[in-house]
Amino acid sequence: MTDSTHIEVTLPGFADPVGQAQASFRAVLDAMARPGTLMQVGHGLTPPAPLCPATAAVLLTLVDHDTPLWLDAAAVAARDWIAFHCGAGFTDAPAQAAFALALALPDVASLSLGTHEQPETAATLILQVDSLEFGTRYRLHGPGLRESATLSVRGLPDDFVAIWQRNRAGFPLGVDVVLCAGTTLAALPRSVTVEAD
Amino acid sequence: MLDAVPADTPQGPSDARRHWMSVLARAATAELENCLSANGGAPAYQRLRGPESGLVMVRGRAGGGGAKFNLGEMTVTRCTVRTAAGQVGHAYVAGRDARQAELAAVFDALLQDPARGDALRAGVIAKLADEQAAKRAEVARKAAATKVQFFAMRNMRTS
Repeated sequence: MTDSTHIEVTLPGFADPVGQAQASFRAVLDAMARPGTLMQVGHGLTPPAPLCPATAAVLLTLVDHDTPLWLDAAAVAARDWIAFHCGAGFTDAPAQAAFALALALPDVASLSLGTHEQPETAATLILQVDSLEFGTRYRLHGPGLRESATLSVRGLPDDFVAIWQRNRAGFPLGVDVVLCAGTTLAALPRSVTVEAD
Repeated sequence: MLDAVPADTPQGPSDARRHWMSVLARAATAELENCLSANGGAPAYQRLRGPESGLVMVRGRAGGGGAKFNLGEMTVTRCTVRTAAGQVGHAYVAGRDARQAELAAVFDALLQDPARGDALRAGVIAKLADEQAAKRAEVARKAAATKVQFFAMRNMRTS
């Protein structure tokens, strides 16, 4: 909101901001604790294109003026809506961002990976994908998973397993990812190991 | 300058809007309800945000020109609506009256509507502004009657 005093907003956010934000927060929390679990969020939301309801719900729940948000070029159309409903601060530098919103996997290494003193300052990537029901199958294991889980995602690059291995290798540093499609979300915390299934 | 009275001579379109928003924010809920039903009623509209209450920090300057300091927090209710005609109205009102904020936002949207704006400016805003000015003048008159004139100190200084 620093460079534009006039913003255009034509669509509402949460109808019940407190209740829906709490429900979405719980969904993100459970998804992070059990990597690969599909959670339902954002029913009834009417976000602007190109956002899907799950992406919008995660933004409304987690992003505010204290958490600089970086948008990839494809998501800029929703910038005014995010500014109005989240009160978000934006940044053009991915390394400064607490949250990154993308419609295609950006260069993960360009995001903040945290520091050894403060690994919690790493960025959380909110990645909107085409589908979490169909697509490439991945096998996940790691903390939170007694047995390995499978996750199907359409919309990740072909070399995602290699990209994620590099992110996983830096643990406890690294980005956490929330995958959103429609009204479904799943999470890949930095602690999870991803293999092709 | 805690109770900044809006300038009586609005100039640009944003000044005019600032004026009517401040008049609406000071109007009571019942007044707004009556004005709305007497002037064509509420349009079809959708709530974009709120009404929701929160706190804002009121800052002041000692003597109007000193260093800024935080005077304290006050409760504010805000609301944003969008009418079917496409106008977006905002309102920020003191207190926790959600209906007042919603009505003020509806009026703000209607006042931007070319079809209804002029009639509402003449029929509602001018009337409410006059009433509020009269009320302020009345309070000022009563307060002025209790003002103590320190003749003794003035006499001591001049002598």
